[in-house]
Amino acid sequence: MNEILVLAEHREGELRDVTFEMLGKARELGEASGQAVTALLLGSGLGDMAETVKPHADEVLVLDHGNLKQFNSAVYQPVLADAIKTREPGLVMIGHTAFGVDLAPSLAVALELPFAADCIDLAVEGGTTKATRQIYEGKVNATVSFVDAPTVLVTFRPSAFPVEEAARAGKVTELTIDVPEEPAVRKFLEYVEAAVGDVDITKAEVVVSIGRGLREEENLPMVEELAESLGGVVACSRPVVDAGWLPKDRQVGSSGKTVKPKLYLAIGISGQFQHLSGMKSAETIVAINKDPKAPIFSAADYGIVGDLTKVVPALKEKIAELRA
Amino acid sequence: MRGALRGSGVGRERCRGAWPDNRNRRNGEQMNIVVCVKQVPETAEADVKLASDKKGIVMEGLPLQINEADNYALEQALLLTEEHDGDVTVVTLGPDSSDDVLRMSMAKGAAEAVRLNDPAFDRGDAVATARALAAAIKDLEYDIVLTGCISSDDGNTAVGVALAECLELPHATYVTQMEMGDGEVTVGRELEGGLIEKLKVKTPCVIGIQTGINEPRYASIMGIAKASKREIAMKSAGDLGLESGDVGAEGSRTRIEELSYPPVGEGAEILEGTPAEASSKLADVLREKGFVS
Repeated sequence: MNEILVLAEHREGELRDVTFEMLGKARELGEASGQAVTALLLGSGLGDMAETVKPHADEVLVLDHGNLKQFNSAVYQPVLADAIKTREPGLVMIGHTAFGVDLAPSLAVALELPFAADCIDLAVEGGTTKATRQIYEGKVNATVSFVDAPTVLVTFRPSAFPVEEAARAGKVTELTIDVPEEPAVRKFLEYVEAAVGDVDITKAEVVVSIGRGLREEENLPMVEELAESLGGVVACSRPVVDAGWLPKDRQVGSSGKTVKPKLYLAIGISGQFQHLSGMKSAETIVAINKDPKAPIFSAADYGIVGDLTKVVPALKEKIAELRA
Repeated sequence: MRGALRGSGVGRERCRGAWPDNRNRRNGEQMNIVVCVKQVPETAEADVKLASDKKGIVMEGLPLQINEADNYALEQALLLTEEHDGDVTVVTLGPDSSDDVLRMSMAKGAAEAVRLNDPAFDRGDAVATARALAAAIKDLEYDIVLTGCISSDDGNTAVGVALAECLELPHATYVTQMEMGDGEVTVGRELEGGLIEKLKVKTPCVIGIQTGINEPRYASIMGIAKASKREIAMKSAGDLGLESGDVGAEGSRTRIEELSYPPVGEGAEILEGTPAEASSKLADVLREKGFVS
């Protein structure tokens, strides 16, 4: 009960930001509840990763083993289960990432841990952990409590907490846990890089981005014309790629590209966190959406509440007038 | 096989029950697929309001539809069974209105439909819901179970992977590519930044489908007419050998305490007026910032 265990996530030799974000949240919780913060670093050829993690935790548990080379949940799950059974932490945090979502739910079932996914905040009240998570596509927050249990498990949303400087003197402990071979039922084959398209949206100073609100492919040309009038490129959120209206290399968001343009115009994009994580560092963000409560307006500097099929042509016209 | 994964998980024991001997074996070249689908309110562009008890939302006025990722999972199942000759069974857990989603699935080509229909299943968290689905699916014949990787209402991204563990099957989620082999499937999982992780997973398995993997079809008028007369197999907790304490709110180890609207930070400066007026204000802002020169 006196420990918060954070699974350090890394990919292709790089520790991921979510690792430090979770450790920061864990330190905040630990200070309030008297719990120590422990990072669990699993992998193969970890190099100096433990040194990098050390200042962020009270203890770093390290297991460097050839079978842990790939983040295969079928190998990581039993190792993590072993560590949890041995350490009995009060709280286990795993990133709500493509890796974490493939691991945490089955781990929760296997160890019968109370489990909340995609948490954006955690608090300890009167000795019990409470989580905040979002439902209905980011439009509603839910406060979730856990039934009384020695250990609870959460996945924690990337970018929900900042990466902070830390100065703890984490003790590095080598773990001795039997690591199974990668099972025949689930074998890693390879990583395949995303295809490169004709336009690199990450290099553009002006990005005009469209989302689900586009509704019809026929509405695409007016957005392209607006982008052209601003000297920008057209990008999009996931539903537009899913519908086949724009290629994958135009997608902004966690499973697409991260852009930092001078101007980001979000049109018909509700602003779920997966999208926000790919554009929130833009210098100026403008949102056009018909739902005044769309999360995108919280991230934007300027907003227009309205129907994009009316606003986009009007805006293009006004820009043309100013140019004339 | 998978000895290492067969730890002493109590949870798994709790959700498995007795396995039929003939489960999920391929019958010659035939391939059968179970798809888990869910009916959800359409909220992406709606004004979502909290119910007065702050435990749920006001559902009135929100159109109900198949969860988007589940629709892609259904399409994937139909494509695979058309290619490999087999049947699709759709399974849902939900209220009476969910029959619409099952019938629409049958109109598109699903052969059978099962609904977990019992108040005991209500308000279960991801793990309790997976446990209930597992109890219904374990008696079916299948090679693959497909689920959407996320639901737009609860957004757990968890039921499919939890279900796999309940069924003691391997899994992969966030799948955007799928290629059938002999007794195995090669999948591409979409990771952050668009990187694809390729894996080989042996069947039977549970695969969580990400949106965009295919182009979901529409049901034909003829299909809809035929499906309206089709039978849906109803299963209560008792039918599945479950106690009310295993599933639903009672079987959940998390509780929703309260719902609230996300805090709006500084937020955007809203440019008011008609589309022309608001656009004029925005154009001025863009000029001031040097984007119109």
